[in-house]
Parts: sequence; structure tokens; C-alpha cells
Amino acid sequence: MPQPGAPPLVPGQTRVMDPGAAAAPLTRPADPDLSPPLRPPAHQVSPVAVRWWQLRSLLLLAVLLVPQVAGALVFGFPVAGWLVATIAATAAVVGAWAVLVPPLLFRIHRWEVTDEAVYTLSGWLVREWRIAPISRVQTVDTAHGPLQQALGLASVTVTTASARGPVKIAGLAAADATELARMLTETTQATPGDAT
Amino acid sequence: MSEIADAASGAAQEAGSTPPAADETPWRRLDRRMLVVGPFSLLVRVVPVVVVLLLSGQGDPIRVWIAAGAAVAAVVAGVLRWRTTRYRITPERVELHSGWLNRQRRSVPRDRIRTVDLTAKLLHRVFGLSVVRVSAATAGVQAGGGLSLDAVSKAEAERLRRELLEHSPATADRTDDSAAGAPPTQELARLRWAWLRYAPLTFSSIAGMGAIAATAFNLLDDLGLDPRDIRAVDDTAARLAAAPVLIAVAVVALALLALLVVGALLLFAERWYAYRLTREPDGTLRVRRGLLTRRSLSVAERRLRGAEVVEPVLLRLGRGAQARAVSTGLAGDPQGGALQPPAPRAESHRVASAALRVPPEQITQASLRRHPRAALTRRVVRAVGPALVLAAAAFGVGDLLDLGWLGPLALALVPVAALLGWDRYRSLGHQLTGGFLVARSGSLVRRTVALQRGGVIGWTFRQTLFQRRAGLVSLEAVTAAGRGGYTVLDLGARDAVDLADATVPDLLTAFRAPLPAAAGAEHPPGDLPAQRAGRRAQERLHHG
Repeated sequence: MPQPGAPPLVPGQTRVMDPGAAAAPLTRPADPDLSPPLRPPAHQVSPVAVRWWQLRSLLLLAVLLVPQVAGALVFGFPVAGWLVATIAATAAVVGAWAVLVPPLLFRIHRWEVTDEAVYTLSGWLVREWRIAPISRVQTVDTAHGPLQQALGLASVTVTTASARGPVKIAGLAAADATELARMLTETTQATPGDAT
Repeated sequence: MSEIADAASGAAQEAGSTPPAADETPWRRLDRRMLVVGPFSLLVRVVPVVVVLLLSGQGDPIRVWIAAGAAVAAVVAGVLRWRTTRYRITPERVELHSGWLNRQRRSVPRDRIRTVDLTAKLLHRVFGLSVVRVSAATAGVQAGGGLSLDAVSKAEAERLRRELLEHSPATADRTDDSAAGAPPTQELARLRWAWLRYAPLTFSSIAGMGAIAATAFNLLDDLGLDPRDIRAVDDTAARLAAAPVLIAVAVVALALLALLVVGALLLFAERWYAYRLTREPDGTLRVRRGLLTRRSLSVAERRLRGAEVVEPVLLRLGRGAQARAVSTGLAGDPQGGALQPPAPRAESHRVASAALRVPPEQITQASLRRHPRAALTRRVVRAVGPALVLAAAAFGVGDLLDLGWLGPLALALVPVAALLGWDRYRSLGHQLTGGFLVARSGSLVRRTVALQRGGVIGWTFRQTLFQRRAGLVSLEAVTAAGRGGYTVLDLGARDAVDLADATVPDLLTAFRAPLPAAAGAEHPPGDLPAQRAGRRAQERLHHG
């Protein structure tokens, strides 16, 4: 069994795949009795992911604001008081989210691939630890959204035979994602059976 | 998208793919009788429209022509469908080509076939036909994970069922342990008419009644009939309107209830007449049932990953339940893989145990471990919270609209909600037995699921903000079968990890947090709760 002290790399891999691995370790949850006694996965996602999440929040902000501002323009001046209030509230809430939450997400999101399993940790309000055995992996997909492409990022989705099983690692550096997907594919092809 | 182009490219493909697919397996057509049944079943569907057209038009020639056109179109469509549909079963795959303008090719690898479902509606039965639906597990579980042959002769359907389930390559290894001459068909359960008493207690039959009533109403409406035109109905309505409100309401409610009960009984009879659960010599579980529409669902036993005993609240109050199979490839089954009609609870556990060949105490009737008190708090808060919000809103609305009774009425929901929360907590439980992970939850629909430990293909630990405060974790066992994941709700954080670790040995061990130094050696998985409690107390001592 790999030791937690020396986090196992991706099988067959000699270099540390992500720059985040050298970053500060995740602060331990305050009370070990309250959160599941699992150690955090070894690797962090790319630090650029923070920018990605922020851009996404800004897009959301735009989507929410445009109709409201358009409404304000259509109804003309003086703009109704409640509309000003909702515009201000939207800007404040989503703006604050865009500034504050992505760095938090970066500290939480982690992943690891061992010879036996894919292991991820994600989520801020609802935290999710996901474990999928390598022997049950069916497909490995890499996806680059337009924003991700612009930032040189990619996501890897590992699908098992279950409808509820996909394990997603979002915000990896594109090269790392490709490499990870290639290796996972190789490993799973070597595993016999239909993985159900 | 031009359909013609599609057809052309389809034809090109076909021409191109003939040489490699020069399999000697010949293509087969659907049964000839579909030339009659196909147009007929299409016509039956347009009958109401045609009737309306003819009745309302009073011999208007255009309407007659439209009706005749519809009939001709139905016949042509039926013939075309029969002409263009071909299927074959090669040693590796089941292939189905169909469609004329919109050509479709379906191909299912035989080792992915999970269930074979034979259905014969009334019309099909009259002509001795049966629809064969093959469902398969494919990567990603898309909607198209199967195909259906509509329809082949009864004998051919039976032959296909046996061939597809028996000779799928993966069976080869299994046949030798059930060898010693194929065992005869073994009957595991059959219908008892006493179970009719559970029919009115199932929600699905109530919903079914609603659907039928809606259809009937639509039909009346289509035919331009107003129920009030019928004198008896009109008289009754007038008398009810004249009667005191309470009595009128009571009469209507009673009438509806009677209708529901009768309808539920009829539906039960239609669905479950001649129900038999058998274990076939080829290693499949087979459910046969139906009065007008005959159905036969076959589940390959080696695809079975567990069983579930479901108790909707009314059924539970009547001490009834229903056992379902947890199997891969059943996701599209409208009955959710039901192995039996609603039946006495003990019978459900017995059927589940017979299907899995494991004593009930090892699966759905295992004695379950309670969940921590914090889970009770969470259940009650989650039930009462929305009720309180609703009550507050009701008071507000009542104030606005001057409906003084609205608020207090909504407030009466709060104790009901609290009771519900308490019951949901009482339902919670889990246990790890020899071969199965057993979990129970739910109040309005209580589900006890027993999942084969070998069927677990992943874990998800989930903690919301509130669960983090309370030290609770929802543990989802991911599986290829049934709903895809089964959640053990609100476990203690440490218990969740212990449970997952013990269920699938070694998978999790590498990811466990190193124990605090005081606790010493490696944490033995699946130890007794008492031991664990003791050790935790010890740890606290060392910490403090």
C-alpha cells in the first residue's frame, strides 16, 4: 500500500504531474470526529483554475445583469427603486462570490490516481469525496470548454458502469489532463471484463 | 438535416458495409402477421380522431376523405415498417435495421445483454405475437442501451429469449456450477388472490386510475359529449348542489374512494393475473404476469446485484411491501424490476431471499444498526423547517386575503412534519452481512436495499455544511445496477469510512487518514460498534 507520507503518483509516472502538489497542504479539518477520516488526495488542480472559476462567475454575473439592465433601459428613467436594488444585490452577491469562493475551491479541490483507484475531493458547501476503482473504469474523457481552452485548462471525466458514478477532475493543466487520460485509458484497457 | 440525404448516406453505408459484414448469419424479418397487427394498432390509436371527424362532420365528404386517408396512411406505414425492418443474431451481436427515410441501425453486443422482456398486448396476443425488448448495459448508460423487436411470433420470442440469455458468451463459465443436468424450472412464487387487499394501497394504481379517468374524460370531450347531457348525471349533480356542503363533499369523496378502490382492484388484476416467479434452467429469474397484456421479464441471475424491499407508506400501514430486483439493465423497466405484486411483508422478504439464494436475515431482514442521534435532529429539522416556512407563508397570505383559517391549518402541518421526521429517522439503518451491504431509509417510501458487496463499483462520501457541523456523512455505494447508486443516509463520519472500507476491502485503505498516534495500530475494519465506541472514548482521553 502506498504511504500517505509519500503520495503515490499516477501509475508509471515519474514526474509530479501538477504544480499544486508542492503547494501548502490542505489545512486539516478542525475536528476529526466530524468529517470522514480520509486523508485529502495528493494533488491539487492547476492554480489557473482559480482564474477559470472567477471568469465563470463573471459570466454568470453578466447573464444575470444584462436582462435587468435592459429592463431598466426599456422602462426608462427614473429607474424603479426595486430594480436598482436587485441590480445592486446581484452585483454584490455574485461579485463577492467571484472574488472569494474560487480561491477556497482551489484549496479544497484535490485528486489522486493510484494503481487501485481514482480519488477526488471537491465541493465547498457540499463536500464530496469520490472513489472509483481503476478496475471498474469504462471510459476516460477529456473536455476543454471555450474558457478552459483560453486558459490552457482541461477536465478529465472518468466514467464507470454506473449512471451515478462519473468522477470528474476539473481545472487541470491541459497537458497534464491529456497525460492522465492516456495513462488511465491504458490501465483500464489492460483490465479484463466489462466492469459491471 | 435532410431526411433524403440521410437515407442516401444510409444506403451508401449499407452498400459499403456489405463486404465486411459478409456474415453467414441471414437477416430475418419480423413476423408476417405484423402486416395486419401493425396497421391495426396504428388505426386503433387514431380511432377517436376518426370517430370525431365522422360524427361531427355529418357526412361532410372532405372529412370522410381525411378519415380514409388516415386509414390508408396507417396501412402503408405498417407495411413499410415491416418491409424495412430486419434483424439478425450473430455470435457476437444482435443487430436491428429499421426505418425508411430515417434509417436506424441498432447493434447490441450480446455479452452486454442484461434482460429480455417479452410483452404481448391484447392485439398481439390474438395473433400469437410477442414484442421482444432487449436491454443492455452500455458505457455511459445512454437511453439507447437496447432494442426492441415489434413483433415476432410467440415461439420465436421464446426461442430468442432463451438464445439471447443462455448463449451470451459470459454464461459459459457459469454453466458448470449449475451443471449436473440442467435443473428443472423452479417456481419461487405465484399469485395469491388474497393479495388483492393491497391493491388499493399502492400509489401507482391510484396514479393509474387518474390517468384512466383523464383519458376517459378526454375521449368524452373529443366525442363532444358533456357528462351533464346524461340525465342521471345531471340529476345527481343537481341533487348534490342542493344538499348541505358537508354532505355533498362526503358523498363525492365516498364515490371517488369507491371508484379508486374498484379501479385499483381492476388494475391489479390486469397487471398481476397469472403472476409467476420462476428460476429457469438457463439461470434466469423470470416474472410472468398480465391479464390482457402478457408480460414476461427475464433477468440473468449473474446480473443480479441485490434486491430491494419497497414499502410505500400506505402499503406499510397495511403491512405490505414489494420486492424488486437490483440488476444491471433494469433502469428502463417501468415497474422498476418488480419481482412480485404488492404482497405481505414477510412474503416480500421471502421472495427477495429466494431470488438471491440467501437467507432473509443476511439481506433485507438483517438486524440493522441505528444511526447517531444527530441524524434524528437533522431529519426532524429538515421535515419541520419547510412546514414552518409554509405556515408562515400561509399566515401572510391568510392575512392578505382575509382567510383567517389558512394560517392555523398550515400550522397543523408542523406536528405531522415532526412525526414524519421522526419516522424517517426510525427507518434509517444499515448493516454489513456476509455478502451484502444492507441499508434502509425513507418514510413515505421506505426502501430496504441489499446490495452485493461485489457489486459496489465506487464510493461517494457527501457532506453538506450542516452535516459537517453534526459529524454526519451520506455514503453512496455506486453500482452498475438498479438506480446506479444507493445511499446510506446520515452515518457517523467515522462509521461511514469504516463501513465502506469493510464492504470493499483494500479499496479505501490507502486513503484513510492516519489515526491519531494514541490509537495505535491499524484500524480493524468492521469491528464491533462497542469496541469502536470504547476506542473513541480512549482517544478523547488522550486528546483531552
